Amino acid sequence: MTVNIAQTCIGCGACVAECPYGAIDIGPESTAIVNPSVCVNCEQCIAVCPVQAISLPPELRHIVKDLEPDHHGSCNSSTDLPASSEAMADMTPTRDLVWVLAEHENNVLASVTLELIGAATDLARKLGSTVGVLLLGDNPECLISTLQDHGADKIYIVNHHVLANYRTEPFMQCVVKLVQKYSPDILLMGATTLGRDLAGAVATDLQTGLTADCTQLDIDIEKRILLASRPAFGGNIMATILCLDHKPQMASVRPRVMQALAPVSGRYCEVIYESIELSEESISKKVLQIVRDNIERVKLDEAKIIVAGGRGMREQNGFEMLKELANILGGVVGGSRGATESGCLEIKRQIGQTGQTVAPTIYFAFGISGAIQHVVGMQRSEVIIAINPDRNCAMMKMATYPIVGDAYTIIPELIKQFSQVMASRQQEGSHE
Amino acid sequence: MHIVVCIKQVPDAAQVKIDPITNTLDRSSAPAILNPYDEHAVEAAIAIKKQFGGKVSVISMGPMMAKDIIKKCISMGADAGYLLSDRSFAGSDTLATSYILTMGIKKIMEADPVDLVLCGKQAVDGDTAQVGPGIARRLNFPVLTYVQKVESIEAGTIIVQRKMDNGYEIVSCPLPCLLTVEKDISELGYASLPEMIRAAKYDVITWGVNIIAADTTKMGLKGSPTSVRKIFAPEERVGGEPLEGDIKTVTGILVSKVMEKLS
Repeated sequence: MTVNIAQTCIGCGACVAECPYGAIDIGPESTAIVNPSVCVNCEQCIAVCPVQAISLPPELRHIVKDLEPDHHGSCNSSTDLPASSEAMADMTPTRDLVWVLAEHENNVLASVTLELIGAATDLARKLGSTVGVLLLGDNPECLISTLQDHGADKIYIVNHHVLANYRTEPFMQCVVKLVQKYSPDILLMGATTLGRDLAGAVATDLQTGLTADCTQLDIDIEKRILLASRPAFGGNIMATILCLDHKPQMASVRPRVMQALAPVSGRYCEVIYESIELSEESISKKVLQIVRDNIERVKLDEAKIIVAGGRGMREQNGFEMLKELANILGGVVGGSRGATESGCLEIKRQIGQTGQTVAPTIYFAFGISGAIQHVVGMQRSEVIIAINPDRNCAMMKMATYPIVGDAYTIIPELIKQFSQVMASRQQEGSHE
Repeated sequence: MHIVVCIKQVPDAAQVKIDPITNTLDRSSAPAILNPYDEHAVEAAIAIKKQFGGKVSVISMGPMMAKDIIKKCISMGADAGYLLSDRSFAGSDTLATSYILTMGIKKIMEADPVDLVLCGKQAVDGDTAQVGPGIARRLNFPVLTYVQKVESIEAGTIIVQRKMDNGYEIVSCPLPCLLTVEKDISELGYASLPEMIRAAKYDVITWGVNIIAADTTKMGLKGSPTSVRKIFAPEERVGGEPLEGDIKTVTGILVSKVMEKLS
């Protein structure tokens, strides 16, 4: 008699590593299999399985252990504060335990930075702590006031000409040294080209845990640890990842997911200048040239209105109509992977897991069925308008205003009516 | 020129289906494939080999079934394939995985020094993009991520284009170094018949924990600082009722709703 492994096994291998008898292995189907002649039903694997796929055979079942309580709610929605007085006692209220790396290019701040400070503020409050921001660059002081107004309690500045253009090695050196000096509990970076490049190097150097591409952050108040949640398997499931015994707990956070705080000018903030020895000679990597796209960047992530098409649009002509509608509304055209794969839409306009993440006020989804890979990139849209012949597809079910029908019959009517409304609106404006 | 390419076997994410009742993955629906970015990395390595001569080795950590992707790389033109497989590797997170792969690469380096390590920019199952930079740190190689083009390799220096959000940058770096690559790095070719025959006959070199002399406290679940606490279904957004009526009416309602929202 041996433990049962259900179909729900995700093959993570946690049980394989845990089993003191070496009775479990990952089988050819990437799920755990048990060697019944070795298994002694010690139940250790049951405790570590993250998806509760392992169980004792009914004959051996006695007391079912309580599962861990769920921790719902993201850092934006929950306002719980630690209640127990013991928890309050071991806090060091003045120390900034939650750190954010400020990302900028030539002293222009990446929008994710302020979002991270917003998220960090919530985490810090739950820990009874404050927010520290790392600002590295060549004369980056001009960014201090923006960071301060948006919630930085402390700013650590490293000003050095070597840091003018981002390179992994000198940035890593600075972050590692500052972390070692001040020992923050949590370190957040944007899941951007820069942030993902740097985070992996820093975490390896510090030998600590890093959770990539998070979309929810929270604190387990009792254990004072970070709960970092991220989509896995193309967004089909969410996984909450912990880093229990290592500090700092690191996470990279997807842009356009967290909310920046409204700025409060003149709030208190301490600025600390750190000098770290860096020399150009010791860095073997040289940035020779930076080439910007001539074509204007598609600002999907900043758009208020997005007109998106999917596989259901079938042909190029449909996207020309979407472009017209977008122009009338002052919006931007985007689409799903179905649209870019069919060649009807440029790849840089793709929205979703492998494209951009967007959060417009209004999102039009023409002929998009709502595959999870697409939905993860647009689900934070305020209003979703879906036009699809299939009333039961995922996009129609989640849309604020679903319309059953074919895009090709509805778009011309939308173009007509919107251009009338917009024209009369402009006229009103010119009379004022 | 000796190039090592790190590869991973992944479930084809586009084909993973979810059981709508239990919210769990239906694994049988997803075939195991060579991570697409890694495939482009292998192709790029072969192209460099064709130009400069030398050798391409591929290395993967995974269960025995990962031999399939190693054989695929051999059919693409790789010279040698190594599989790091051991029960003690199971449950490794990205930090532990980068350790195990680094120990494997170091073992390869003992016999044959390495000039360049290539990785895909990320694996499509985890999307973490962490293992490549981790290996670079451990080998003490400079790292160049998101490489879309190799411009030149000359006098021990490589010049590459790194993809940025709004363009690219051109960076030079002395060898040895590690690149993580975008799909733009190479066009995929077709395996020739002789290569396919060679791959079919190829005996993948399989190394366990003892051969790579790795410290077992740094691998598996125990050697991984991160752990999965729970897995749950993403929050579902509940939409409204479909707008009914003829096209003119429906469009009219919609236009007024939109204008209301925008005003």
